[in-house]
Order: sequence, then structure tokens, then C-alpha cells
Amino acid sequence: MTQETKENLVITQTYDIEAGNFTKAGEAASNIKRLLRQLGIDAKIVRRVSIAVYEAEMNMVIHSVGGTLKIEINPDEIVFKSQDSGPGIEDVELAMKEGYSTATDLARELGFGAGMGLPNIKRCSDHLIIQSEVGEGTYLEAKFIISKEG
Amino acid sequence: MKIRTVKELLDARLIVGEAFLDQEVVSACGSDLMSDVLAFVKEQTVLLTGLNNPQVIRTAEMLDVSAIVFVRGKQPTPDIIEMAVEQDIVLLSTDDTLFEACGKLYQGGLRGGVK
Repeated sequence: MTQETKENLVITQTYDIEAGNFTKAGEAASNIKRLLRQLGIDAKIVRRVSIAVYEAEMNMVIHSVGGTLKIEINPDEIVFKSQDSGPGIEDVELAMKEGYSTATDLARELGFGAGMGLPNIKRCSDHLIIQSEVGEGTYLEAKFIISKEG
Repeated sequence: MKIRTVKELLDARLIVGEAFLDQEVVSACGSDLMSDVLAFVKEQTVLLTGLNNPQVIRTAEMLDVSAIVFVRGKQPTPDIIEMAVEQDIVLLSTDDTLFEACGKLYQGGLRGGVK
């Protein structure tokens, strides 16, 4: 994990996410939750960001070949961006449907892979962008507005 | 309902979290599917599950779940218990099945908390 703080009060943390490592899965989300709490951000927003980041992290562990997860915090909003190196989502619209899943048996044994991940990220965030290219990878950007909930 | 009452109703063993037994939970959720739990569970909830792995604690952590009940006498491993200690989550273990445990808590007045 790397962290930098810029003059305009932007805190950025970047995490490397390892594919298939179910023991470490969730550590990035856990660290990010702790950071948001330390910054005194409203508990409801912290909860929404934590759920979304955790879902994204699990998605990367389950489906991707690995990638990075980045969180940017400024006084107005929290943005997390994830970028993996593949394999990419064939049909993003289908992947956004609740219940649609391509998860492995192992992921299902661990209680995941119900096809709720992306829809849940969308539900938790104020703004979501998903760009995916088969063979290239998936980029996800979720925004959470801080001022909205005071 | 106090977590202490959940423990009594289920005749459950306390694994960790004695200091938090007087915390209130307002709803309960019984599921082995963490995907569903992540999508529907509210805060101040007790999670009942037959799943016994680190992701149960991670899921509870993200959702601010106060207590986890492992059903059918399941006992989490030391690394899982350590994670719960770090997150101030109460861990209980009951010999009841998921169905029976949920039924007892419902009878005791707890509800699902999902609209």
C-alpha cells in the first residue's frame, strides 16, 4: 500500500490486489474503512464506501488476474478506482443484473458469487463507471459525495 | 434485544466479545451467502451463519454487524477469532441449526430488518 497527501487535501491510497488469494481478500477494504473512520467521515458514508470497495476487491480476487485498487479522498467526495489486467467482462449490462454470475465453485463455497457484487456497488455509490474490454481488463470508478449526507 | 439475550435464547457459547454483550441488536439475518448479506443487511444486526471462514468476519466488519452466531456447533479457527477481536465483533456458537436458531430469535421478538 502507498499513501500520499497533496496540498489540496487529497489523500490517495493504492493497493495491489492478488488474484485468488482468499486469505488476504478484504484487507484493502478493511484498511480503507479504518482510514475513513480516522478522518471522521459520516458513518453511513463509511459503510457505503466499505461495502462497495469490499465487493470490488472480492470481484478482483475471484474473477481477475489481479490489479490495483485506489482510493482518493477530498473534502467533497470519495472516489475509488479499480483497474485489473483481465480477463475483462464480456457483457457489462448482463453482469450488472442481480443473480448473473460467472464465479467459480471455490468462490461460491466461500459465500460469494451470487451475482450481487456489481449491482451492490451501484446501489452503494452515487456515481459508477464501468469500462471493460475482453482480453484487456476492467476499470471501475465509483464516487461517493460527502456533502450530501452532511 | 441485547446480544446477551441472543446468547441465552440460543444456549450459545461465547467465543469472544464479553465486553459487548450488553450492546443492542435491532435485527437478525440468517445466511450462508455473504453476497446476499452484503446487499441487504443493516447495521446493529446479528448474523447467523453456517459458513466458517475469514470472509464472514470481513463481511460483518464492512456492514458494522455487532455479533455473529455460528450454527451447528461450528468453532472458528484462531485467525478468524483474532480478526473478530480487532473489529470488536462478538462471536457465539450454538448447537442449533440455522433454521432453529433463527426461529428462536424470531420468537424472542427479533425481526429481519429488511424492508
